[in-house]
Amino acid sequence: MLKLLRQSPLSARIGMGIVLLNCLVAIFAPLIAPYGETSVVGDVWESFCGQFYFGTDHIGRDLFTRMVFGARNTIVLAFITTILSFGFGSFLGFIAAVKGGWVDQIISRIIDIIMAFPTLIFALMILSVLGSSIPTLIFTIALLDSTRVYRLSRAVAMDIEVMEFVEAARLRGEGLWWIIRHEILPNAMPPLVAEFGLRFCFVFLFIASLSFLGLGLQPPLADWGGMVKENAGAITFGIYTPLIPAAAIAFLTVGVNLIVDWFLHLSSGLHE
Amino acid sequence: MKNVLILIFKRSGASLITVFIISLIIFIGVELLPGDVAETVLGQSATPETVEAFRKELKLDLPPHIRYGAWLNDFVHGDFGNSLANGRPVSELIGWRFANTLFLALSTAMIAIPLAIFLGMLAAFYRNTLFDKLISTTTLSFISFPEFFIAYILIGILSVKFNIFPSLAIIDTNMGFGSKLYAIFLPSLTLTCVVTAHMMRQTRAAIINVLASAYIEMAEIKGINRLRIIVHHAFPNSLSPVINVIAINLAYLIVGVVIVEVVFVYPGLGQLLVDSVAKRDLPVVQASGLIFSIVYIFLNLSADILSMLSNPKLRQSQI
Amino acid sequence: MNNLIEIKNLYIEGFYEEEWHPIVSDISLELKRGEVLGLIGESGAGKSTIGLASMGYARQGCRITSGSINLEGIELFDATEEDLRLVRGSKIAYVAQSAAASFNPSHHVIKQYAEAPVHHGLMKYKEAEEEAIEIYRRLFLPTPEKIGYRYPHELSGGQLQRAMVAMAMSCKPDIIVFDEPTTALDVTTQIEVLAAVKEITEKMNKAALYITHDLAVVAQVAHRIMVLRNGRLVEEGETRTLIKKPKEKYTRELLNVRALRETKAITDKMDVILEIEDVAATYTGHENVLEDINLVVRKGRTVALVGESGSGKSTLARVITGLLPAIHGSITFLGKKLPGSLKKRKKEDLRRMQMIYQMPDTALNPKQTVREVIGRPLQFYFGIRGQKAKDRIKDLLRKIELDPDIYIDRLTTELSGGEKQRICIARALAAEPDLIICDEVTSALDQLVAEGILDLLQDLQNKTDMAYLFITHDLATVKAIADKIVIMLEGKIIEQGEKKKVLAPPYHEYTDKLLASVPEMDPDWLDNLLDERASTFI
Repeated sequence: MLKLLRQSPLSARIGMGIVLLNCLVAIFAPLIAPYGETSVVGDVWESFCGQFYFGTDHIGRDLFTRMVFGARNTIVLAFITTILSFGFGSFLGFIAAVKGGWVDQIISRIIDIIMAFPTLIFALMILSVLGSSIPTLIFTIALLDSTRVYRLSRAVAMDIEVMEFVEAARLRGEGLWWIIRHEILPNAMPPLVAEFGLRFCFVFLFIASLSFLGLGLQPPLADWGGMVKENAGAITFGIYTPLIPAAAIAFLTVGVNLIVDWFLHLSSGLHE
Repeated sequence: MKNVLILIFKRSGASLITVFIISLIIFIGVELLPGDVAETVLGQSATPETVEAFRKELKLDLPPHIRYGAWLNDFVHGDFGNSLANGRPVSELIGWRFANTLFLALSTAMIAIPLAIFLGMLAAFYRNTLFDKLISTTTLSFISFPEFFIAYILIGILSVKFNIFPSLAIIDTNMGFGSKLYAIFLPSLTLTCVVTAHMMRQTRAAIINVLASAYIEMAEIKGINRLRIIVHHAFPNSLSPVINVIAINLAYLIVGVVIVEVVFVYPGLGQLLVDSVAKRDLPVVQASGLIFSIVYIFLNLSADILSMLSNPKLRQSQI
Repeated sequence: MNNLIEIKNLYIEGFYEEEWHPIVSDISLELKRGEVLGLIGESGAGKSTIGLASMGYARQGCRITSGSINLEGIELFDATEEDLRLVRGSKIAYVAQSAAASFNPSHHVIKQYAEAPVHHGLMKYKEAEEEAIEIYRRLFLPTPEKIGYRYPHELSGGQLQRAMVAMAMSCKPDIIVFDEPTTALDVTTQIEVLAAVKEITEKMNKAALYITHDLAVVAQVAHRIMVLRNGRLVEEGETRTLIKKPKEKYTRELLNVRALRETKAITDKMDVILEIEDVAATYTGHENVLEDINLVVRKGRTVALVGESGSGKSTLARVITGLLPAIHGSITFLGKKLPGSLKKRKKEDLRRMQMIYQMPDTALNPKQTVREVIGRPLQFYFGIRGQKAKDRIKDLLRKIELDPDIYIDRLTTELSGGEKQRICIARALAAEPDLIICDEVTSALDQLVAEGILDLLQDLQNKTDMAYLFITHDLATVKAIADKIVIMLEGKIIEQGEKKKVLAPPYHEYTDKLLASVPEMDPDWLDNLLDERASTFI
């Protein structure tokens, strides 16, 4: 593992640096932030200065403080959602692949139907019915995202399932769980780990988009997508405040994507 | 050929069933609203009379399956009910907005698809060169950026700084085609960046996959020149996977269009949907959601059919 | 006469594990008009790499580092891409192992034939078409006027391979490189392609490089043979001399593969391990892939199940193991009727019937160590764990002739093909079975490695009295190991009996064809066979 890290290309190292930085900020948010998450401390849209590193927002809160807490809120939310979507999607995917037959048929058809909706539209409709709250957000996005995880883990597991070592385990009389746990899972890990990164990016961007549309995390909670929306008006005055949270979103996703790219390259290279 | 027709027929049938199930889900979704829809939507302050009127409005006094039948029948005939927010017919709200969204999406697709295929092919043929790496890095950034980030950067530069294009894409029915195009330049450019990036990356992967086939090596060994190998051997076999790539990435176009419309305050279906979700204007949400889904399913269907037609094994089999 | 091609001191390197490694070292060869040179060796010998290098072509991840490739006076080693392009196809052509993959699925076969000559400016499309039909006729393709206007997926494997031989002839090159053109084919189809190769090299007076791993095949077509190992030359000589008097030990080993083993007699009194009665099976529900299967396997004996691809022999294995429940008939194992489906069978019955597969690469979980692979059946069936399991695993490793201390903690990916197959055998042995089903267990292995596996299996049977059901398409293997032979064709058993009866006259018609199609280590075998067939057909 350490050897792999030492051999990693510059791009992957930059990616890891970015992700690490974001995680540290998210974890130590209250220690880093100079002001309270929701306290109004200055004028509207003050520019950068020693007192407000990133200036202030549309009602005079310190943007740097909001950014730091925003990191915490957005990243934690995205992370929980991704884990949920991953657990659910890969669980069903493995079952469908190993069981096959009608189990596979039923799960796959249901997933097909969900996937026939454009994701954002589906999310918007669920939110319009249930209203936007943090649990609703998590479960809605996790459900939508788990369809992609399902497709991938099913495909990966199917590729492994046709291998003779799985047949050998079946002939030995092993049960479903043992086969998934010992034969399929270890071999499915590399593509799934890469997919985890991609799904995290997707979920993260998705939450940001929903917040930007005013349907994600609700104010006064700080979150990057929402901050872009709140400050959007500034851009027409030539004030670049909304670009800061938008750039932070881009920064983190680029970071994760750089790592994923390296990982994909690595795992495809090992196969050849 | 007969086989393909049967396949296309089956595929279309499946799409029709999907549309039907989706309409059912959308309908049931509203049914599942916890508590009474009327009270939830109208809030605590509603008087019994307004609640009753609202229930009549939504035909909530009838049994569900009859309501569904009526709703679907109305939908097919272009009657989407009345908006809860302002009482106007939904069809009237949706009509020209849908046309606007199509206009934006189509003009983007017209640029993005050929551009993505062209760049994807170039990157595949010159893979691992500086050009390829440059393009890969750029597209990686674009797919990592949220749409609104690209949008605001473009506004910041092209609209605020240099004042070339308007930051708000305001169009109305009386505008000429040219001025409409001018108005949607920035939203279209934003969408093009995102969609092209996604499509191009996968086009590159699909073509590299084809280039690794034994028949490409065979053509090289037969002494066929590069151009002919690309046009004659790689291209026909890339069609099917590339069409699939395009279909998959049209999803980004649909998601992107909603966000871009909000950023540029463009009077399209996406913005209407977002506004209605915020206002919980259910008939509008139902109708626009269903329209978006139908368009999406239709796009996927056409891509699948095209992909079937471009696959020689399916097209030619005479068995 | 002058040499058409002269290769001198060729060195080629391949890029893997982040480094350049030599894959071909110091190879020199020359070829005159009308001469066929056979390149023979096991996998990793560098045969295909040399074949491609003779056209100045190196695959991705390979590079020709030094040497000279002189093709009719043109030096290919440092030629420009454009010069190479002009030579390829027109002066020297290539026939690949897999015709199915080497034809472009989007175009008619004849269009691909005509592509090179038209592209090289040698003739018009119309002329090329006419010549194609003529050559299809000469290579005995059915309906030569029409067959070219089909798509590659509409032709059978043998037809496609012959169409590719024809395609290589399209520019009338002086040299043709044949790279394992018959390896993917059944023996009876192999004859057709070999006949086509003969037709071209002898009657059309072309020079050829014939690359294969099968000495008996190359003996039929080549005038001279070069034996290669690990990218180096082992021995070179005239075909007849090399076969009669090989100088090197390695060549002798290659010649001596499939040593015959003792055949054990079978009597009705011996214990019946497995009895199959009236079995039929289907995948689709309409068409039966197996019908009327009756078969008995007795204790300590080897039954070989022989057939070409599509004969249903692997399906029968699936039926016996319960992966595909039979729709008719019964399977009796150790005196008890087995339920058709795997899920309903008892653990004890599963334990006593084990299976070994064709591809040792996919039969072992790449994420497990040898200890885990062999330890699992011990734990699963007998509940043996810990130190006791370790001792047992070491014991089993000694039985399959691998050093326990070296191998026990290795990942399965760190083993060679032959070692992997031995681990598969150990995994089966761990269950202490009464019957082992061996599904093409030697087909994916190099000849000498395969020989070792057969020895091991025979040895284990002598010690433990296990019964084997040995599924294979390779008659040489059957001759070497079987006590009883069962021959299958299109889902039915057409003949079965003790080995000496089945392999002696009077033959069953199909058995005869099958036997006659297996190349023998006699350079005249193909000519005699073709003469014989020609005379019987006319």
